[in-house]
Amino acid sequence: MPAEFYYGVEVFINGLMAGVMYSLVALGFVLIFKASGIFNYAQGVMALFAALTLVGFQNGQVPFAHLINAIFGTDLHHFGWHMPAFLAIAFTLLVMICFAYVVEFLILKHLVNQEPIILFMATIGLAYFMEGFGDLMWGSDIKKLDVGIPQGGNFWIEESTAFLGGENFYGFYLDNLDIVAAILALILVSSLVMFSQYTKTGRALRAVADDHQAALSVGISLRTIWVIVWSIAGFVALIAGIMWGSKSGVQFSLSLIALKALPVLMLGGFTSIPGAIIGGLMIGVGEKMFEFLIGAPYLGGATENWFAYMLALLFLVFRPQGLFGEKIIERV
Amino acid sequence: MKLTKLAIAALAGTLAAGPVLADLVFPGLHYRTGAYGPNGIPYADGYVDYFALLNERDGGIGGVMTSVPECETAYNTEKGVECYESTKGMGSLVYQPLSTGITYQLIPKATADGIPILSMGYGRTSAANGKVFSHVFNFPGNYWTGASAVINHILDMNNGDIKGKKISLLYHNSAYGREPIRTLEALAEKHGFKLTLLAVDHPGQEQKSQWLQIRRERPDYVTMWGWGVMNQVALQEAANMRFPMENFIGIWWSGSEQDVLPAGDAAHGYKALALHNTGSDYPLYDDLKKYLYDTGKASGEHAGTVLYSRGLYAGMLAAEAARTAQEISGRKDITSEDMRDGLEALKITQERMAEIGLPNFGPSFEVSCENHGGPMISAVQQWDAKAKKWSLITDFAGADMDVVGRLIDEDSAAYAAENNITERCN
Repeated sequence: MPAEFYYGVEVFINGLMAGVMYSLVALGFVLIFKASGIFNYAQGVMALFAALTLVGFQNGQVPFAHLINAIFGTDLHHFGWHMPAFLAIAFTLLVMICFAYVVEFLILKHLVNQEPIILFMATIGLAYFMEGFGDLMWGSDIKKLDVGIPQGGNFWIEESTAFLGGENFYGFYLDNLDIVAAILALILVSSLVMFSQYTKTGRALRAVADDHQAALSVGISLRTIWVIVWSIAGFVALIAGIMWGSKSGVQFSLSLIALKALPVLMLGGFTSIPGAIIGGLMIGVGEKMFEFLIGAPYLGGATENWFAYMLALLFLVFRPQGLFGEKIIERV
Repeated sequence: MKLTKLAIAALAGTLAAGPVLADLVFPGLHYRTGAYGPNGIPYADGYVDYFALLNERDGGIGGVMTSVPECETAYNTEKGVECYESTKGMGSLVYQPLSTGITYQLIPKATADGIPILSMGYGRTSAANGKVFSHVFNFPGNYWTGASAVINHILDMNNGDIKGKKISLLYHNSAYGREPIRTLEALAEKHGFKLTLLAVDHPGQEQKSQWLQIRRERPDYVTMWGWGVMNQVALQEAANMRFPMENFIGIWWSGSEQDVLPAGDAAHGYKALALHNTGSDYPLYDDLKKYLYDTGKASGEHAGTVLYSRGLYAGMLAAEAARTAQEISGRKDITSEDMRDGLEALKITQERMAEIGLPNFGPSFEVSCENHGGPMISAVQQWDAKAKKWSLITDFAGADMDVVGRLIDEDSAAYAAENNITERCN
């Protein structure tokens, strides 16, 4: 086989890996949409906020230091300790649970029975608030995120596959970070599916997703369910924030990763957890292969964003609910 | 009776003190939010701090206080134009939008309004031709001289022969990133190297396709026109794929601490162009500390960093042009047209740089009616990851003006023809 064929395979595999990264973001959207019918515009910002908080804990940064210094003329920056990654992750998770509670208490409970568009608008407001709040709390500098995940090309895979395509083939390139992301995504999706299928809370989540009124009538607390689901979405956002933040440092452009999740949701459906994964893989492979075969050689490159949305649009035309989404039939 | 006396005394005092001069307004079209905020903040701080220092230490410029009303553009062209429209009526003297996209939109507007633009190291390259662009200045360097400087450095690394070498341009897919393509194509033809263009869409968080292509094609050198997160991701991907950092050369907007720190030790050896020196080891910083940082009027958080230094430098050049304008016009409260004249007659010498407190910080140069691009020189700096420090590894040197000059003439002539502009300076 010529080297070009193997490079095509390499692009395919890396497309799958990129797709996993997109899926990690899409999962958070699906969880909240499934349980509450809210398209959470703030999911990307939640990933950013979680990553900022994680780095802040790790580095012993004083929250709101700029604000405190500006008001009291102090010179606070750091507590002077460095927190181990696992502890920082645990504390960040606690913060995300508190965040879920605050969102439910201050926003969602006041908007029960409102139109979905009202809830969507509320999450837009939440996104902008969180962006500014995160800035105020942790500062806007780019921060290095290191929780011990290996980075860089996997040399073992590279060297052991170099013989395949002759002298012009250098072996398959696979990023260690992407491999970890794929394993994490697998564990995450399996856990979420098992949680929703086999636990009491999971069944309550599904009941709320199916029918709010019916769930309320059998004694399921809608408010508790919302706190739980936003907490889980916060946890997923933390995982996404760690993986993306490890690639680029933690900075405010991290919130834009949500843009990568939108075509995944359109393709996989807004209500399916496996759909988010399959959709992510299809978008990842599709955009990378299109760039490799057509975009870069004939169209000047940078076709990935365009192609992802084009592919999603095509699916919308033929299957509006996405591949795994529930077909909603409303009788009047 | 007592009140009347007081009023008369106040009036007499005011008349004796002479007319109250309005502030000299240097609007800051800055960005402190959004994806490019981490880059915009240190620049904006440097720009604002320089004028604040002039006010605190010298009582402004020529005895007239300065003000820097800031308007948030978020690096968005539409917002940038809105900011221009909302601030131009304040008596604005000069605009420095820190965005090539915004600069392109403002060129016809500002020219019509008689307000100069100083796009220091960005914007429309052919604006260096003052015969066509009367109100636009882009000294001391521009993207085409930057592209030529990168190739000159590669030539130096290869004893002047790069025939058959492969060079890739990794660029932000925007007006900014596309700016050097034309020059690099002309230089590829002249020197016989093979140029590959790799576009990265905004914001540049995902670049796997581009770096897999780099890995497949094995270019000898990669040059980058990036901004914001694109820089950090590119450096991380280069490190992941073990691309030799000394063969990776960015433009001056891809060479700040923010760009290299997230990649850690892996960024060691990365190179970028520099328009000026950097660091806080200059006498000016003693004054900044005394008048601003220690008094709480500025945080000094980013003091000495590359982009803070650039903001300071941009402020200094604008202030020096205002001072020149005051001398030419004989007025302290200059207008934007006076400011344009000041920019066109600007002369930066090492003696003056030393007086300012920035000895050897940047090059000496003169601006003229014909040449709004100044010396069009730059240096190469290299990142030391252990010392966490940029160091200049070459002297400030000029570009290949045979190629760049021809392209500037061609592009500006086309602009003049399109817009019915008659050449000036004759």
